[in-house]
Amino acid sequence: MLEDIALNVGEGEAVALVGPSGCGKTTLLNLAAGLLTPWEGTIASSFARPAMMFQQPRLLPWKRTLANIGLGLKARGVGRAERDRQAAGLAARMGLTADDLAKFPGALSGGMQSRAALARAFAVGPDLLLLDEAFSALDIGLKSELYRLLAGERAAHGSAVLMITHDLMEAVRLADRILVMSGSPGRIVAEHRVDTPVAARDEAWVFARTAEFIRWPEIRAAFALPPLEGA
Amino acid sequence: MTRNLRQQAGDALTASGHYLWSGWGSLASLGIFLAIWELTAQQLGPLILPTPIEALTTLRGLFESGAAWPEIAVTARRALAGFGLSVLIGSLLGLAAGVSMTASMMARPIITVLVGMPPIAWLILALLWFGAGDGTPVFTVFIACFPIIFVGAMQGTRTLDGQLKEVARMFGLSTWMKLTDVYLPHVVSYLFPAWISALGMSWKIVVMAELLSTEDGIGAALAVSRSHLDTAASMAWIVALVGTLLAIEYLLLEPLKRRVESWREFASSSN
Repeated sequence: MLEDIALNVGEGEAVALVGPSGCGKTTLLNLAAGLLTPWEGTIASSFARPAMMFQQPRLLPWKRTLANIGLGLKARGVGRAERDRQAAGLAARMGLTADDLAKFPGALSGGMQSRAALARAFAVGPDLLLLDEAFSALDIGLKSELYRLLAGERAAHGSAVLMITHDLMEAVRLADRILVMSGSPGRIVAEHRVDTPVAARDEAWVFARTAEFIRWPEIRAAFALPPLEGA
Repeated sequence: MTRNLRQQAGDALTASGHYLWSGWGSLASLGIFLAIWELTAQQLGPLILPTPIEALTTLRGLFESGAAWPEIAVTARRALAGFGLSVLIGSLLGLAAGVSMTASMMARPIITVLVGMPPIAWLILALLWFGAGDGTPVFTVFIACFPIIFVGAMQGTRTLDGQLKEVARMFGLSTWMKLTDVYLPHVVSYLFPAWISALGMSWKIVVMAELLSTEDGIGAALAVSRSHLDTAASMAWIVALVGTLLAIEYLLLEPLKRRVESWREFASSSN
């Protein structure tokens, strides 16, 4: 399914993989996460604490929100009082109220579930955060809120990010390096480095760069867009 | 600490109370059932079918003479022993079979045979193996309940959302945590209904086994009242039997189930 992929994520670096649906992005991410093992090739990771946020929040329905956020901490053997304290602190920064924390995930709105899922990923203090189209189902207001929270937590912990998305604008906004994938077999067809620091990317800049980006022949080919007139 | 305990006990009582109150519709249908029984009994006469009042009076007589409790206790002991064994062994083996694809494939035909085998056939075998005594009813109950519970546990384990399994792996949950935080809470929603139907099953089968194999217990008492053509006493024993079963199910298992599955209620109330 994947062919000739050489992908390297440096410490604290944010890498975005963009590509059309079905090009093998999720497979690649699951390989990186260790959820799949490759038939051929090797995966080497020196990241000690990876965490992942999935496309759906995937909270455990039988645990209250606070316990869900503390799940990774519990797995690391952090005591109950301490993990509840950490989870509550993180949740407060994510805009979850004490009331939300006492609810079961089924009683939370989709947006609150996503915040809880992001908090759960950040609770373990990840040095590598894997995002599997984590924001694709959210409305634009919530997206930009979560982008802000993500940027804040990244700045605090220096975590590296490997994200897959089919939203070019999201990639332009968040990534230090953008890799374009195309399908059957999945391979990386273009690479683009974004040098402007994330904090300095305002809306106008993001729009301009995305517009420029979408004119690239590799991108147009990968997403099966018709070639531009005169390009 | 005591305060907390008292609070919890209070909550549990309130929950049971709410639950019983919500059962008034069931009480109404029970009333209709009793009325039909009464009418039929009046038509047929006491030798064929005693009225509910007659049956209950006979039952009260049995309690007052002290004849009822020892028999009920003996029957309950046998039913619960067989049921407990099948809960323990069936749940554990079912969980194990659900985790492994191979094991569940291998278990399937055996379970089909166990489910298809009529309890009376097991009873005959048990009589040959264990003779008269506790062994025969306990074994028959166990072997009849086992496949129900086994299948419940296996289905529960097999149907766990693969996405949640990925979450468990991603966050590095230990085997023990996977079991207690991911598998069991999900499996319980399959196990509980299986336990409840197995409990009902155990109560029916223990009486059948006692009728044929023992000198004491409700089943043996039924055999005696039948040989005396004492329909009122037979009905009284049947009422005692069903009453005990209903009490265990609605006062113990159902509230327990509601408590364990409270997340499900909260989840559905928001939608």
